[in-house]
Amino acid sequence: MLLIRCPYCQEERPEIEFSYAGEAHIARPLNPDDLSDESWAEYLFIRSNRRGLHYERWLHAHGCAQFFNALRDTVSDKFETTYKIGEARPQVKK
Amino acid sequence: MKYSALSLFANALSGHKKWPQQWPDATPKKSYDVIIVGAGGHGLGAAYYLARKHGITNVAVIEKGWLGGGNTGRNTTIIRSNYLYDESARIYDHAVDLWDGLSQEINYNVMFSKRGVLMLAHSVHDVQSFQRHIHANRLNGVDNRWLTAEEAKAFCPPLNISKDARYPILGAALQQRAGTARHDSVAWGYARAAAALGVDIIQNCAVTGIKRGADGAVEGVETERGFIGAKKIGVSAAGNSSVIMEMAGLRFPLESYPLQALVSEPIKPVMPCVVMSNSVHAYISQSDKGELVIGAGTDQYVSYSQRGALHIIEETLASICEIFPLFKRMRMLRTWGGVVDVTPDRSPILGKTPVPGLFVNCGWGTGGFKATPGAADLLAYTIAKDQPHPINAPFNLERFTGGRLIDEAAAAAVAH
Ligand SMILES: Cc1cc2nc3c(=O)[nH]c(=O)nc-3n(C[C@H](O)[C@H](O)[C@H](O)COP(=O)(O)OP(=O)(O)OC[C@H]3O[C@@H](n4cnc5c(N)ncnc54)[C@H](O)[C@@H]3O)c2cc1C
Ligand SMILES: [Zn+2]
Repeated sequence: MLLIRCPYCQEERPEIEFSYAGEAHIARPLNPDDLSDESWAEYLFIRSNRRGLHYERWLHAHGCAQFFNALRDTVSDKFETTYKIGEARPQVKK
Repeated sequence: MKYSALSLFANALSGHKKWPQQWPDATPKKSYDVIIVGAGGHGLGAAYYLARKHGITNVAVIEKGWLGGGNTGRNTTIIRSNYLYDESARIYDHAVDLWDGLSQEINYNVMFSKRGVLMLAHSVHDVQSFQRHIHANRLNGVDNRWLTAEEAKAFCPPLNISKDARYPILGAALQQRAGTARHDSVAWGYARAAAALGVDIIQNCAVTGIKRGADGAVEGVETERGFIGAKKIGVSAAGNSSVIMEMAGLRFPLESYPLQALVSEPIKPVMPCVVMSNSVHAYISQSDKGELVIGAGTDQYVSYSQRGALHIIEETLASICEIFPLFKRMRMLRTWGGVVDVTPDRSPILGKTPVPGLFVNCGWGTGGFKATPGAADLLAYTIAKDQPHPINAPFNLERFTGGRLIDEAAAAAVAH
């Protein structure tokens, strides 16, 4: 089970307190009426599904009930960092 | 050498020391007509059908690890075809048709056993949705029927159908034609049959890049053992499909999750069939060795680690113990995980891609073992003809743009 640090509670808690909420930084289109089918498909369905460092959202469901973002390595499952919604995404050193 | 009672007898006389190698470990040539990426059941089968049905024998299957070491060797081997939609009924039933004669065709015992798959209904919602499935299946000529709780108990005596059970059983859908097969044999059997027709099987050779020409078409693959040319490439890499497609500059509607299974100590025959409970994520059957083979649900997050969390299998075992109180004191021997590639509608993607010469078979997620011969056959057809077969035509990548999803996810309310 993963141990996840909630950036709001500032505490490392067991994964069962959290729900995974998919890839992070996928912005909802501001102009839905003008969107092409391709752009809708990109927004709704296409995911980077990265093998390596992955930006993702988590919900501290059984805690503060807030969404936050995380950068996690999908091969080792190790969290690089977690950060609050609205904060800039941490850059990945290549 | 053809395997037969006679060859078994002859080899017994020499103490089983003289069986020939089943397939040679090939070293890569400079180029091939077709390269298949991924030596799982799907990829090996596709190579076999390319050679057998389409006369294309200059084929290599390239595998980063050992053949059959991916989800083929990690799954709980449930085979069934009682999916809701017409397109699904056709593609899964096509596979079951091929499972039927497979052992004879490839001269390798894949131990396909039509012991029946029972899907348990625990709620009024389950009852209604299973009965809808049964009606839809019957209209499509797919075998599936409704059993009352008592009938289910008669079919599978270890079930606890008492009214006050934690997960009450209100009835079950039974597909009698469904069952299990021996997963390793499927990979080994296809590998041996394909190699006998001239296919090269190259193991320990990860594909690291896809080379494309000025016109955009594929020219071959970069691998750990150098460049290998081919005008046609079929990708059948299950959990790693997104990674390979990205090598060709394509982004896919896929997410990869850990999925776990576990086996118990071996016991005498007690489970006559396969039992699935989608609502509590528990899948169970008994292998011929006597182990209970148990499948769990996926972890919630994207991962390529090939391992899942303990709390997932704890939940599954808790459900198994509730449904089968008889198994409460059994010990589990091994657990493991695989990486499953899941699409938004839980249906596979099998067909051409926007890159000329690049074909894909992916997105089978938690349930593609059952499709192995069918997916392999259809991938081979699509590569050979450069166009999809009518059965896999609806399973194209464009459906995510056009909106014509095959939404088995909504139909089942869970994966599988
Ligand atoms: C625990 C578990 C239980 C399951 N239970 C069932 C079930 O009961 N019924 C069912 O129908 N399905 C089940 N499935 C799903 C099923 O196993 C898969 O859908 C199916 O096996 C996928 O096709 P495949 O066999 O060809 O994939 P795999 O056997 O995974 O083959 C893909 C191959 O590609 C190789 N590869 C990846 N990247 C590269 C690269 N860069 N270069 C070269 N090679 C590469 C991998 O090493 C692998 O060998 C289960 C899966 C798991 C993990
Ligand atoms: Zn919190």
